[in-house]
Amino acid sequence: MMSRMAGFKFATVCCCFLALAACSKKNTPSLDGGAGGAGGLNGGAGGVAQPGSKRDFSENVGDRVFFIVDQSNLTPEAQDTLSKQAQWLQQYGNVTVQVEGHSDERGTREYNIALSARRATAARNFLIEHGVPGKRISSIAYGKERPASLCDAEECWSQNRRAVTVITGGAN
Amino acid sequence: MTVKPHAVARLLNALLVLFTLCWLMPAAQALDVNVSGGKINPMPIAIAPFMASGGAEDTAATISGVIANDLTHSGYFNALPPNSFIEQISDFNATPRFADWRQIMAKALVTGQTYADSGGRVRVEFKLFDVNSGQLLAGQQFTASKANVRRVAHRIADMVYKALLGIDGYFDTRIVYVSESGPKDNRAKKLAIMDQDGFNPRVLLDTGEIILTPRFSPSSQEITFMAIGKDEPRVYIYNVDTRQREIVGSFPNMSFAPRFSPDGQRVIMSLQSDDGQNANVFEMDLRSRQMRQLTNEASINTAPSYAPDGGRITFESDRSGSQQVYVMNADGSGQKRISFGKGRYSTPVWSPDGQYIAFTKQAEGRFAIGVMKPDGSGERILTEGYHNEGPTWAPNGRVLMFFRDSQGDGGGPQLWSVDITGYNEQQVQTDGFASDPSWSPRLN
Repeated sequence: MMSRMAGFKFATVCCCFLALAACSKKNTPSLDGGAGGAGGLNGGAGGVAQPGSKRDFSENVGDRVFFIVDQSNLTPEAQDTLSKQAQWLQQYGNVTVQVEGHSDERGTREYNIALSARRATAARNFLIEHGVPGKRISSIAYGKERPASLCDAEECWSQNRRAVTVITGGAN
Repeated sequence: MTVKPHAVARLLNALLVLFTLCWLMPAAQALDVNVSGGKINPMPIAIAPFMASGGAEDTAATISGVIANDLTHSGYFNALPPNSFIEQISDFNATPRFADWRQIMAKALVTGQTYADSGGRVRVEFKLFDVNSGQLLAGQQFTASKANVRRVAHRIADMVYKALLGIDGYFDTRIVYVSESGPKDNRAKKLAIMDQDGFNPRVLLDTGEIILTPRFSPSSQEITFMAIGKDEPRVYIYNVDTRQREIVGSFPNMSFAPRFSPDGQRVIMSLQSDDGQNANVFEMDLRSRQMRQLTNEASINTAPSYAPDGGRITFESDRSGSQQVYVMNADGSGQKRISFGKGRYSTPVWSPDGQYIAFTKQAEGRFAIGVMKPDGSGERILTEGYHNEGPTWAPNGRVLMFFRDSQGDGGGPQLWSVDITGYNEQQVQTDGFASDPSWSPRLN
């Protein structure tokens, strides 16, 4: 990896730092739970999420995991979130999901499609290995086409390198 | 583009331009395009206002304007302002007063006339003269419907370009692209097409899907592209004339990054592996629907593009640990990495004349468009900045178009073109944001 440019080295360092920061504050769902959503353990203004609901999943479990630049392997933080997702999906056995893979915007179109497919697959495989039947989980690769955070800087790009588990049926 | 301040770089660029121009100018040509001070010195050319009869005045003005615009935008010509003309051409068949045209420094002169007939059709004639020798270099007559007047003008510009530079023009062509609108995190991406100069834009597909990487067939009015709908990305073909759309193949996993073979009979693309981890390059024969796997690697292998003779394929792979450009034989044998500069290389596209491979290069957090020879030598960066991506070649191999994304809340992609020398960078006007351009073959 001698050819990797300094910018990405910096980005990787930033990302590791963010992951570590998140590790030290495990109960803060802002990284793994609430990016782009309401956030907060017990919901915000709308009161407590009903168990088994989409809101319960996104707020109390965390619907997304994040990746290091160019990587699709699951960080300890991501594995933690996905374990909780698997438990929740086993508890609510009628729920079906689609795992969306995404990349940040700092790559080329075709490569990012393939990279985001790897990420969706990694998350889906983890759920299957942890007891969720594969037929309940579809996946889709979005490449860099649907960023969640918009600021043209690593603090947003790190939020866009993600796999999001979206409930497609069986829950309100 | 900011001009590089480095004197040596400027000198090298100037020599390069000179070299390229020497190469493109046949020795026998009477006229020349000069290079001085590291810039293309465009040839002064006079486009006399086309004469009109039978109510074809609008047509005449359109044609003169399109020819002047095409030639000037190429960077190799400077269409002189009509208010500087001494002679006002009033008889298409009379010999122009060349001394008058020499006096305003014109090297070449285009004259023409148009007639509208009673059936709503237009007849257009033109002549091209070498002003110094008085020699007639080209001339032709066209008949067209009023709707095709701009195309007639593009064809005349192509003939002028060829007569003066000795290489085929690229003005009577179209661009297929992705028209983008809406917020950055939920962009609508539609399949669209326009003339090479940005006129006559129209949306071909507005389906709510995310449409990406449309690629023109080099031999027909067909486009292959990928679309993300409710399901995984899939490769499709759309016929511009019949407006028919069909899916390419039926695969268990996603298909993406398609491109036609030079004869338009095959599509090359990437298919995701069953385990979801890898992508490899496959070729499908569109008649027999036979599939052939060309790469078999535990990595991402994508963005394939044929050489114009169909004998080889360039593609990108991250098998070395980062995206790099490779070349292989059309049967998948002899895979060889060709990019070794600092950074990562992607989206390789073989030039129509076979001499170059254009690419996107990422280094130090910036994105450049460049070209190299198919053996990896002679790398040259044509433009560089925050984000430039996805080059496509004009059919004559002289001009590249690509998209450039910009930062900020209101930022978004726009289409740009640049001469193969790296000069004459220009934005291509579109309605709103646009990305993923692909140049059509010549229409005539």
